[in-house]
Amino acid sequence: MGAKSRYLPAVLLIAGFVASVLIPSTGLVNDYLQFVLMSVAINAILCVSLNLVNGWMGEFSVGHAGFMALGAYASAVLTVKLFPGAPPLLLFPAAVLIGGAVAGVAGIPIGILSFKTRGDYLAIITLAFLMIVKSGLENIPYTGGPRGMLGIPRLTTVAWAYFWCVVAFWVIRNLVYSKYGRGISAIREDEIAAEAMGVPTRSAKLVAFVTSSFFAGVAGALFAHQLQFINPSSFDILKSTEILVMVYLGGVASLGGSLLGAGVVTILTQCLQPLGTWRMVVLPALLVLLMLFRPGGIMGYRDWSWLKPRRSPKPRPKNEDGQQPEIGEVSP
Amino acid sequence: MSALLETRHLTRQFGGLRAIGDLSLSVNKGEILGVIGPNGAGKTTFFNLLTGIYPPSSGDILFNGGSIAGLRPSQIARLGMARTFQNIRLFRQLSVLENVRIAYDSRLVYSPVEALLRTPNARARERESINASMELLELFELGSMAGDLAGDLSYGSQRRLEIVRALALNPSLLLLDEPAAGMNPSEAMQLLDFLKWVHGKFSLTIVLIEHHMQMVMALCDRIEVIEFGVRIAGGTPDEVKANPRVIEAYLGVEGELP
Amino acid sequence: MKYLIQQAINALQLGSIYALIALGYSMVYGVLSMINFAHGDVFMLGAFFCLLLIAIVPVPFWLALIVVMGATAILGTLIERFAYRPLRNAPRVSAIITALGCGLVIQNTTLGISPYARPMPRLIDNVTYEFGGLTFTTLQLIIIGVSVVLMVLLDFLIRKTSFGMAMRAISSDRAMVPLLGIPANRVIAITFALGAALGGAAGLLYGMAYPVVSAAMGISVGWKAFVAAVIGGIGNMRGAVLGAFLLGGGEVMTVAVLPSTYRDLISYSLLLLILVFKPHGLLGKPTLQKA
Repeated sequence: MGAKSRYLPAVLLIAGFVASVLIPSTGLVNDYLQFVLMSVAINAILCVSLNLVNGWMGEFSVGHAGFMALGAYASAVLTVKLFPGAPPLLLFPAAVLIGGAVAGVAGIPIGILSFKTRGDYLAIITLAFLMIVKSGLENIPYTGGPRGMLGIPRLTTVAWAYFWCVVAFWVIRNLVYSKYGRGISAIREDEIAAEAMGVPTRSAKLVAFVTSSFFAGVAGALFAHQLQFINPSSFDILKSTEILVMVYLGGVASLGGSLLGAGVVTILTQCLQPLGTWRMVVLPALLVLLMLFRPGGIMGYRDWSWLKPRRSPKPRPKNEDGQQPEIGEVSP
Repeated sequence: MSALLETRHLTRQFGGLRAIGDLSLSVNKGEILGVIGPNGAGKTTFFNLLTGIYPPSSGDILFNGGSIAGLRPSQIARLGMARTFQNIRLFRQLSVLENVRIAYDSRLVYSPVEALLRTPNARARERESINASMELLELFELGSMAGDLAGDLSYGSQRRLEIVRALALNPSLLLLDEPAAGMNPSEAMQLLDFLKWVHGKFSLTIVLIEHHMQMVMALCDRIEVIEFGVRIAGGTPDEVKANPRVIEAYLGVEGELP
Repeated sequence: MKYLIQQAINALQLGSIYALIALGYSMVYGVLSMINFAHGDVFMLGAFFCLLLIAIVPVPFWLALIVVMGATAILGTLIERFAYRPLRNAPRVSAIITALGCGLVIQNTTLGISPYARPMPRLIDNVTYEFGGLTFTTLQLIIIGVSVVLMVLLDFLIRKTSFGMAMRAISSDRAMVPLLGIPANRVIAITFALGAALGGAAGLLYGMAYPVVSAAMGISVGWKAFVAAVIGGIGNMRGAVLGAFLLGGGEVMTVAVLPSTYRDLISYSLLLLILVFKPHGLLGKPTLQKA
């Protein structure tokens, strides 16, 4: 691998960013397509962050839409109620970060609850969390109660969506290929053995839940400022199911899979718009079929090599075929 | 000789069942201690208590002179106590290399923030982890399988990997729970030589639960015998072999141990 | 005082309906260790089946009950056969997700067919009685009465018949059961059928009591019964009934004091609170993991 390919991913990323900034000004991409691109990016963030808990850590959280809701509402309160006149270039990133932070903090109690409960009971806890957030929001008049918040400024652009998507994937990739990520995967495989091998399972679980919910909040903030209108029903079990389909379709415990799942489901949802309510039959039905026939998803536990961190290993002795044995990660 | 590990009146109850009762014994630094007893005697429970999987109901456990009762297993592992499991608990969907690296990770020091940002320090620690783990794997002739999934290995290789993983913790005390399970007598004797080598090379103290009597008698410096959670005898292999109480526990009133 | 007793009767009514549904959740969790998220929607379909039936041929209450219970029993068996049985040995997560998916498919298909809530037509003559200054209606008596009868029958079935024994055996040790000559698949299928039938009955009764029937009922009511089952200790029949009446009582009291939008919030917060302090529910027993 020469110096050229070392920088290629970075160059591509920057080129992508420049493109995303320029897109609105050139007339080349229409509004609808821009909307879809933003949705893909937002969904990718939701998918990869849920994958951290459901895929890499092997838990079953149904509550992701709840964290998304917290981020959406927190950021909207900031931009609509508290600082409506502030310059967007300053305000929006702050709103997104704060949305993420609020959701991230909410991830702490769930993470703590996961110390002693696993499996079904944790699933129930996350379900309760989702319902509590939704019902709680319905009872807060300040944020519009059940009718929600209108008039949220259209601050999400293709560039911002792209930016946050790259940040989310980069951070989660780094986490997953670090000792913390390995610990998280070890918990999935065998929690008791992980503890016995020195993995601090409690802090690993906290790291997983907080990172996951933080980015769900970020996605929620972007979502709110794209649609300009949110209400508690936007963040119900159906929303959580949508994200679950992305994870289990694209691939559990896979970065590329998260991207794939988000892309496919977003485009599918758009194509199914004319079906109206029936669209909401297709998605869960797809989920059932996935579980019956391909529960790992398209790219379960695998990843494209350009997503994995590069390393310069010690020269390995060649085996019989004269090949260098691959010691890159199979998957954490 | 100093006691590396000591239990004092160690007791563990599960509801009405007393799995371990008033167990007081010690393990000397550098020795190989065998723990034997009929099935269901509580030997694995004993290991689980030592490694912190459950806390004692009463009594104390001292490791290197300090009490470890009530500590979490990961803390005890970092203090230098490593173990293998009766039923092999490898991380099956992870690669051989990753299995070892996870144990080695407890020796890497970098913060979550450094991990998330992938700082030069974090990257250096990662490289160190791969190199050290590969070295260890190669020492045990598992290097060529580093990329394979742990669950795909043969039974014997899996057992070996579990030991390598435990050694990656750089332990002073190694607990082996029936390492010879499923092996025929000649394989068990090969394992004996292997364990002797590991013991010397890594300057370990070893506590071994086993049923293969020949192996236990040949390998261990001392043996403790447990029945129904209680220590019924202890001493050198010859002493234990001849102890009528032990013979009775295993074979009924008459009989002889190999 | 009278007000309290009146509210208690309301709580009994709601609790009875929750109990019928909650038993279905617990029975299935008992034999398969799986949360049947689709159960709430089976309950919802019970009400819709009743609507459908009456629209085609007006039948008396007791006949409607039998037909609806039969229909939902068949539905429950079909779901088990085609969606859950293939995943019997898959990781638990797959089964839960499938159940969730099935439930949502049922809910949204129903929503597609009937986007608006519908009123339930009269099935019985509702007479109001007065006794000691309190008012009862026939409706309340029937709901509570039918529920109690069904629960007693179920209890008898579980504790005194060989089928019930087979169910309990499967709860304890599923792998062993076929070795003893018990047709596990059949027992499981019948368990599902029974649970679904109870859920269907609950749907019909609910429709009679709160006579607006909508596709969202599966989540708004059915899942509350799930909360009840978990509060009581999922897998435990008595727990299901206990949880159901506790929840029913709690909800009736809440609505008396707070606006009705607080119902879900209180119910799920109660669930969370109980899970924090008693992770296996009030009557549940933790299972020890062998290391």
